[in-house]
Amino acid sequence: MSIGSSQFVEEDRISAGRKLLLRLHIDLPLLVALLLLAGLGLFVLYSAGEQQSEIVTRQLIRLAIAFGVMFALAQIPPLVIRRWAPWLFGIGLLLLFAVLMLGVVGKGAQRWLDLGLFSFQPSELMKLAVPLMIAAWLADAPLPPSHRRKLVASLFLLVPTLLVARQPDLGTAILIACSGFFVLFLAGLSWRLMISLAVLVAASLPLLWQFVLHEYQKKRILSLLNPESDPLGSGYHTIQSTIAIGSGGLYGKGWLHGTQSHLDFLPERSTDFIFAVFSEEFGFIGNLLLLAIFLTILARGMVIAVQAQDTFGRLVAGSLSLTFFVYFFVNMGMVSGILPVVGLPLPLVSYGGTSLVTMMAAFGILMSIHTHRRLMAR
Amino acid sequence: MARLNPQPIKDHLREALLFNRRMLVAVVAVILLVFVLLGRLAQLQILRHEHYTTLSENNRVSIRPLVPTRGLIYDRNGVLLAQNLPSFRLEIIPERVTDMDRTLDELAKLVRISDEDRDRFREQLSVSRRFEGVPLRFRLSDDEVARIAARRHRLPGVNITADLARHYPLGELTAHAVGYVGRISIEELRQLDPSNYKGSHYIGKVGIEKYYEDILHGQVGHQRVETNAQSRVLRKMDRTLPVPGQTLYLNLDSRLQLAAQQAFGEENGALVAIDPRSGAVLALVSMPSYDPNLFVNGLDSATYRALRDSPNRPLFNRALQGQYPPGSTIKPFMGLAGLELNVTEPQREVNCPGWYMLKNDDRRYRDWKKGGHGEVDLDRAIVESCDVYFYDLAFELGIDRIHAYLSRFGLGQRTGIDIRGELPGLLPSREWKKAVHNQRWYHGETLITGIGQGFTLSTPLQLASATATLASRGHRMRPTMVRSIQRPGDENVTPVEPRELEPVTIRQKKNWDYIIRAMQRVVHSMHGTARGINVDLSYTIAGKTGTAQVFGIKQDEEYVAEDIQKRLRDHALFIAFAPVEDPRIAVAVIVENGGSGGAVAAPIARRVMDAFLVNAQ
Repeated sequence: MSIGSSQFVEEDRISAGRKLLLRLHIDLPLLVALLLLAGLGLFVLYSAGEQQSEIVTRQLIRLAIAFGVMFALAQIPPLVIRRWAPWLFGIGLLLLFAVLMLGVVGKGAQRWLDLGLFSFQPSELMKLAVPLMIAAWLADAPLPPSHRRKLVASLFLLVPTLLVARQPDLGTAILIACSGFFVLFLAGLSWRLMISLAVLVAASLPLLWQFVLHEYQKKRILSLLNPESDPLGSGYHTIQSTIAIGSGGLYGKGWLHGTQSHLDFLPERSTDFIFAVFSEEFGFIGNLLLLAIFLTILARGMVIAVQAQDTFGRLVAGSLSLTFFVYFFVNMGMVSGILPVVGLPLPLVSYGGTSLVTMMAAFGILMSIHTHRRLMAR
Repeated sequence: MARLNPQPIKDHLREALLFNRRMLVAVVAVILLVFVLLGRLAQLQILRHEHYTTLSENNRVSIRPLVPTRGLIYDRNGVLLAQNLPSFRLEIIPERVTDMDRTLDELAKLVRISDEDRDRFREQLSVSRRFEGVPLRFRLSDDEVARIAARRHRLPGVNITADLARHYPLGELTAHAVGYVGRISIEELRQLDPSNYKGSHYIGKVGIEKYYEDILHGQVGHQRVETNAQSRVLRKMDRTLPVPGQTLYLNLDSRLQLAAQQAFGEENGALVAIDPRSGAVLALVSMPSYDPNLFVNGLDSATYRALRDSPNRPLFNRALQGQYPPGSTIKPFMGLAGLELNVTEPQREVNCPGWYMLKNDDRRYRDWKKGGHGEVDLDRAIVESCDVYFYDLAFELGIDRIHAYLSRFGLGQRTGIDIRGELPGLLPSREWKKAVHNQRWYHGETLITGIGQGFTLSTPLQLASATATLASRGHRMRPTMVRSIQRPGDENVTPVEPRELEPVTIRQKKNWDYIIRAMQRVVHSMHGTARGINVDLSYTIAGKTGTAQVFGIKQDEEYVAEDIQKRLRDHALFIAFAPVEDPRIAVAVIVENGGSGGAVAAPIARRVMDAFLVNAQ
């Protein structure tokens, strides 16, 4: 009897907690996994940043802002987001053109728009606007999409991608292209079309190499095939990061004990190459754990996509989840030397704020899709 | 979702199923890719762990650049013009120094360290890699090396490194042609291929050294070294040898350079000598010159200021960048234009009373000879340099035809020589005046263009090239400094092919013969303006003197050269080629404020041609 009453109290408490979470539009599994990843990231950053607590503090502030953005977006119903999509896309496109015209040249590439108080990368906005726009466009009609829908959608995909690639920011361009493509893929783009597109792309690769790719991009691809060909230049990153990963072994050298990173052999170790620091210090076991966290987040995103109640929600959630996968897969791939070096950070772990905010905004949208579900159903 | 136009009804169940099928495909793809990634990580961290442990444990395997030796430069006779001499460099590894200011002060007591050295050191400090030596002083003397070596135990982080430094054995004799290398500046560093210039401290700044930088520099090599945590090299491992820079053989003849320099004496000016057959630049002299060796390691600011602010401007390359009115040296080209365009003929005579007047204009255009030359034909007009004949001829030709014809000889254009910084000079035209001055062209300007005054400007190089074209009867070759290139360790020498430019077409060969004969009489006849140089001449010279006004003389004003300060005196010019029958050398000389072309400039040309044609064997 006492057992029964305590069970009852327990259930009541749980459902009260759930209600609170639902009212706050928070998806608990996703939040826990993200917090776990962010926390782990801070530890790695402390090590990679030569134990300067200042770097960790600054990253902590950025994380707080980014999580704040996530909570804020989670409050907005998917319907509203869907209505915003064309506006976001249009503004983003205008800004991209603006960057092209009068962008402040930084690091040799035109990416930033100086807005007086702060500078802003319109390409970041496009990472969200492109999948939202395409999803909204395709969800307006029955799936699989008609030829006309597909054609317009491919324009929504190509124009921003090419603008960003021109800046040149290959990493972000790839992400934007992927996010848009995933929407089309999930919306049922026919296999025949995809295969013929793939053949077309493969056939145009030599042209791309000849006319589109910048000299430094070619060098990076060549150095992937043979890092030793330019050990002082573009191959240097990959040589040093594979040494870091490989020397980590099964169990790693221990936190703060990575020699590759602490003796300055590893470049960009707080930002794009932070995965090498992690691998060196926590080994293969650590990598399994890290991958498990990433895959948990991915899996939760996919579940949210499958459980979404309308086509727009499904497409957006699916695309954002798969783009998240591309994010960490490409980063780990380039650090471990199976993909060319493109400037992509490891989500939530790398030092830096811009892409972090976009990333968390995407998770905010995922939470919104999931937590507004029942309200919509009623 | 309000829709304006009717849409087909959505089948929600079907769409959800389609989506789920696609999601399944995505999950399979993700799993496959994750396995690829895991496989790679397992390969690195489990299978090849030992290998990578060795690499990281020994650690500190680092890659050091092996700097290529810079290519040598020889003249056409194999005289060394630029070489590399061993020298010692003072370096500091910042990470091993506790108090940088104290260390620098300490070092300043032992060796000379200028403020520039310190500034440059600080600049490089900010861009250097960790545990990499940052250079403070170059070319230490043996004394300085000994002084530092004796106190090295008290100066942690201070190293003396053996190095090769550029040296120019002939010094100022070839400075304006060969140029010099200097320490790489921060701006240059940004534009270089960073991996090829790792460890390189020098780069070509001007002259041949700059133009042929890519060929002279070579390809960097790498040495893998095993170092301890303090970056001390413990063991050298495998290496890729650097590819040394290629050797350049110039067309330049250092004997001609010397002859010219001696002939100039204290005068300022320039001389360019070209082989008309190939465009080979045999001599390129700008006086005064400077010692290029001063620049190799950066000179102190006092010396640099002295060089830069000297009224004689030794750093100014007059041969390429000095733009002077060609004066009467333009007359043979004008005469040829007159004959070839049928505006004048050998029999035609013009009366020269000592001045020339246009109709409806009371301005007198004066001849250099006050009483005039009397009746002159074209031959006499060239031999005695009669201005009135050419005023008349210029008027008859008109500015458009003058511009068109003289342009074919390359006047008013860059020659395209393989040294940077050449200036184009100026051959005026109606269009040019409209565009630049927004004024119409006046007849009076045509007249003074006809005697190489007014707006007309040319560089000594350009004049030499035009003279070479005249000598070879229309063949135009691009002036070329480099004769051949040799890869290190390769027996074979790759010649640099002479490059032909668009030739000046010949209408009637006899017109060319006529002009060249007149030029020959400038030197070889009784009344020639350059007859002073035909004493003991064992070959034939065709030439033309010139005098370029530095400032204008007012109408009816007497002008006596001696009265005027040297600086305001006319420039003396001379163009010539020899031997007339088979031209092998064409020369242009300008002596700034030299006064008379025949008396001052021509002897310099003679000395250089003697050196080439007589003393050659």
